[in-house]
Amino acid sequence: MTTTATEHAIGHAVPAQRHGIAATLHDSWVVAKRNLRRMTRIPEIVVFGLMQPVMFVLLFSYVMGGAIQIPGTRANSSTYTQFLMAGIFAQTVTFAVAGASAGIAEDMTKGLVDRFRSLPMARSAVLVGRTLADLVQTAFTLLVLAVVALLVGWRIHDGILKALGAFALLLLLGYAFSWIGALIGLSVRSPEAATSAGLIWLFPLTFISNAFVPVSSMPGWLQALAYWNPFSATVQASRSLFGNQIGPVDPAWPMQHAALVSVAWSLVIMALFSWLAVRKYRSAAG
Amino acid sequence: MAPAIQAENLVKTFGDVRALDGVSLDVPEGTVLGLLGPNGAGKTTTVRVLTTLLQPDSGRATVAGVDVLKHPNRVRSLIGLSGQYAAVDEYLTGRENLQMVGELYQMSSRDAKARALELLEWFNLTEAMDRTAKTYSGGMRRRLDLAAALVVRPPVMFLDEPTTGLDPRNRLALWEVIETLVEQGTTLLLTTQYLEEADRLAHDIAVVDQGRVIARGSADRLKAQIGGERVEVVVHRRDDLAEAVAALAPYAKGDPAVEKNTRRITVPVSGGAKVLADVIRELDARSIEIDDIGLRRPTLDDVFLSLTGHAAEAAAEAEETGEQQTRPAGRPGRGHQDGRGEGRGKDA
Repeated sequence: MTTTATEHAIGHAVPAQRHGIAATLHDSWVVAKRNLRRMTRIPEIVVFGLMQPVMFVLLFSYVMGGAIQIPGTRANSSTYTQFLMAGIFAQTVTFAVAGASAGIAEDMTKGLVDRFRSLPMARSAVLVGRTLADLVQTAFTLLVLAVVALLVGWRIHDGILKALGAFALLLLLGYAFSWIGALIGLSVRSPEAATSAGLIWLFPLTFISNAFVPVSSMPGWLQALAYWNPFSATVQASRSLFGNQIGPVDPAWPMQHAALVSVAWSLVIMALFSWLAVRKYRSAAG
Repeated sequence: MAPAIQAENLVKTFGDVRALDGVSLDVPEGTVLGLLGPNGAGKTTTVRVLTTLLQPDSGRATVAGVDVLKHPNRVRSLIGLSGQYAAVDEYLTGRENLQMVGELYQMSSRDAKARALELLEWFNLTEAMDRTAKTYSGGMRRRLDLAAALVVRPPVMFLDEPTTGLDPRNRLALWEVIETLVEQGTTLLLTTQYLEEADRLAHDIAVVDQGRVIARGSADRLKAQIGGERVEVVVHRRDDLAEAVAALAPYAKGDPAVEKNTRRITVPVSGGAKVLADVIRELDARSIEIDDIGLRRPTLDDVFLSLTGHAAEAAAEAEETGEQQTRPAGRPGRGHQDGRGEGRGKDA
């Protein structure tokens, strides 16, 4: 709009210098940086993301803790808090689905996905950058949640290393689930729909599990479902690693090998959904 | 010289809707092609195919000599795309938006930073560069979006309805930027619903309707194609109308149209300014007093009407659903928020 235009407008396009993995990492990092910046500009998202699990910790331990009996103990809100926390942590990480799906759906409606797709950048970078930023947010949420849990009486009993192992399993599950969110975000028509579609199926998934009540208290047909639920394996593994397991671990096979099953589920989910999501991004975003 | 943009027989269907029904076009290097048509005509779909966003069912296309279907990533580093939706991140500042795009064009972060500052200055956004784009006006966002398309100084640009929904002042400012780009040698494919815009910016116009290019040529040639000029006379006294029609009769190439209330007579003629002079002398000889007289050439609106048999506006309403399917989910609703309806009303 000013006369300085002459020197700016045309020249030769910059050839892409990075290839393969290096390009993917670079582009993903640029996109992740953008998403992290957005989080600092809209702190409400992070704050509301925290409120829900914190509320669950308080409601479950104080309101329901006295009524839910863990096998081998008497109903007692303090033992229930120990039992509960692995479940709340796991539920929190899976809620990353909603963040990823809403974020990507918003980028679609605002035309940003078109902009990205018209740039000479790695095809997976928009989704990798998004899921990585969500992973950072999830880690932050877990940290705050752990502090709240410690305040209401939750304790780690088997040392910090095992506890970190538990958090690693949780984050891996959360990362895998955010790819489900990415696929949902690319598939629905609006950010609002993406939020609901991202959350609705998580309730049965997280409740038909060992997260909030012992599986042995469920009807038989539901027990099998609960034991093989990917979510249950991660809950059981981290519950054991935190030293929060009360009494013997359930004899069902996936519960006996919870850490292994948890990692396996996470990797399978991640592989499947990242493949589906990147394929969707490449072709159908128009 | 090979055309900078070439498309051959592009076909794309969405369910039952044939969004592209064999679109062919070519844009010589350094020129502007205006793709003119109502909503749903297939303009946006054409741009989406040429910018690698959409795979056609059949057909071929090259941009800057590179095959769009075989080497999409090479094409992406040669083009800039700016659309009607101002695809900028609202929660990043103007500077951060441009820097991000630069880095994704694989520029070093230092070069991306420097280029962002250059563009912000050119587009008069320097003062606002550290505010989030959310605080920008519609015109500022559109400028930022266009700046993002210019980050690598692409030799070929695609502007999809760049001024839809903008007020006249911002539209004019954007036109000036586009003219500067073209002066410097950028090849440009521009889609528009605004006939005035195509007339002003494009060297060549392709009129698109229902997924096909139905006419092609310079604005002047298209106007000539639908029949020539006509003389319009407004007489001072209504009683003179009949006498005036008689005076015009020897020059008329068709039936005169007479509007009694406005005392206006329109007759098709040929022969240009000389006919006008003759008509004025004839009217003068018969002592007919005139309020206004002129030689009118058809507008592009007339072109559209005569080519498609329906007005551009009527088509826009009827076919809107077709074009919507060519956009990502959720977008159609936003079109209205962006003031598209308002813009259309003003310009039509």
